[in-house]
Amino acid sequence: MNGKVYMDYAATTFVRPEVVAAMMPYHSISFENPSSLYSYSDGNRRAIEEAREAVADLIGALPEEIFFTGGGSEADNWALKGLAFSRAGKDKRHLITTETEHHAVLHSMDFLERMGFRVTYLPVDSEGFVSIDKLKEAIRDDTLLVSVAFANNEIGTIQDVEAIGKVCRDRGVLFHTDAVQAVVHVPIDVKSMGIDMLSMAAHKFYGPKGVGALYVKKGIRLENLIHGGGQERSRRAGTENVASIVGMGKAASLASEEMESDSLEICKLRDRLIDGVMSTIPHTRLNGPVGDRRLSNNANFSFVGIEGETLLLDLDDAGIAASTGSACASASLDPSHVLMAIGLSHEMAHGSVRLTLGRSSSDYDVARLLEVLPSIVEGRRAMSPLWDDYMARREVL
Amino acid sequence: MLYSEIVMDHFRNPRNVGEIENPDGVGEVGNAKCGDIMKIYLRIEDDVIIDVRFKTFGCASAIASSSMATEMIKGKSVQEAAELTNKAVAQALDGLPPVKMHCSVLAEEAITKALNDYLGKKGRPLLPERNQNQLAHDHGNR
Repeated sequence: MNGKVYMDYAATTFVRPEVVAAMMPYHSISFENPSSLYSYSDGNRRAIEEAREAVADLIGALPEEIFFTGGGSEADNWALKGLAFSRAGKDKRHLITTETEHHAVLHSMDFLERMGFRVTYLPVDSEGFVSIDKLKEAIRDDTLLVSVAFANNEIGTIQDVEAIGKVCRDRGVLFHTDAVQAVVHVPIDVKSMGIDMLSMAAHKFYGPKGVGALYVKKGIRLENLIHGGGQERSRRAGTENVASIVGMGKAASLASEEMESDSLEICKLRDRLIDGVMSTIPHTRLNGPVGDRRLSNNANFSFVGIEGETLLLDLDDAGIAASTGSACASASLDPSHVLMAIGLSHEMAHGSVRLTLGRSSSDYDVARLLEVLPSIVEGRRAMSPLWDDYMARREVL
Repeated sequence: MLYSEIVMDHFRNPRNVGEIENPDGVGEVGNAKCGDIMKIYLRIEDDVIIDVRFKTFGCASAIASSSMATEMIKGKSVQEAAELTNKAVAQALDGLPPVKMHCSVLAEEAITKALNDYLGKKGRPLLPERNQNQLAHDHGNR
């Protein structure tokens, strides 16, 4: 990766060369509109359907249950708003989600509340897990849908999706999961897991940006979000992004073959990273669970006494790309809603860094991170009044 | 990059970091909830600031604002330091993103508070202070 250390795979991945190669002909050679009647378009239509099969295979769905979208956020929006609007005026106007969802879900829920729907936001425990008992209690006679992310994008918590799916099935409530972070890291079988709708995005698993998919179980009717032509069986209008859809299909088929071995390798690196940070930097908290219940590529830390953005910029100076849930690194000044939901203080929530690994991550990357991070943390703590206060309190205690 | 080169220079190489033992004036502002805490220490002789140090918990903008503000008041009289505005700090940094302007406000306020600590010890009239609660997320300037 050109000498740089990239540890932000949860934000996006590179596009695999095999995927780029698969996409290339559809930019300038087979460029015809797949909706056109002439025979030149036949190949493009076939390519889209092959991609649909590959994406369906990845999650145990039927090809006709896969609808391509402009990405994961669109898939989330369509699942929630499309279902709500299809039931508008009927008696089921209650939705359930969690406090730690991605903003694509939370902001869609906000919108639906303004449209007169009622939403219950389930709390999570200190590791980010939803309580199955609390979910059962929250379901009412008028509950239409439960939406719980398969895996959290910040702290990597993998929910017990099978148990959630079972509760929903038993109670006659539909279950949507935002699986944008989980796809290719966790084996997914929508049928056995009781999932009715599932969102995914290609750029999280070595496909191109700007393309995603929504799995919709056969028989579920969603109102369209995008009206126009008859593409995607008249449920999502707009000329198909053929090259990107083909790329998503190629990335999905590669992932189906290599998921298990990739995850094992990345998991070993992740554990080395976590062990290294926790053992070399005192007064550090690992956010999220340990072991198999955490995404194999995710590590998230809070460092007492420092604000996350400073670490991010210092790491950048050292050639390491990372991410933070720190408010100050974004347009909002509020700390991460995920870290607050798992019970962190404002200080600790402001001082978080997310490091996520991928296919190109190596021993060198982890070693380089462990080489520079301890001194960065030490340096920034030395200029922090919060750190002084923390140490003084410890001395008193 | 979100920040100007001057902001990044002061973030990477902050000037005047540290504490002053038995300072003539000290001021702390901000709170952890908002992600910014600034503490300014002053050494004053004959009403002239001969040394100034700071410690800051916060983002790059907060650290750069603290660093620049301390540079701007060093060697100045108490009266001159009292006239420092957040706008002058932000301008000296070649601008701050709108959402980060509150960092320059905190720097101004921390200095005012430290000067008031000094003036109060001397039994002299205090400078007007901004209301911290209103300032915490004041993204504007003056």
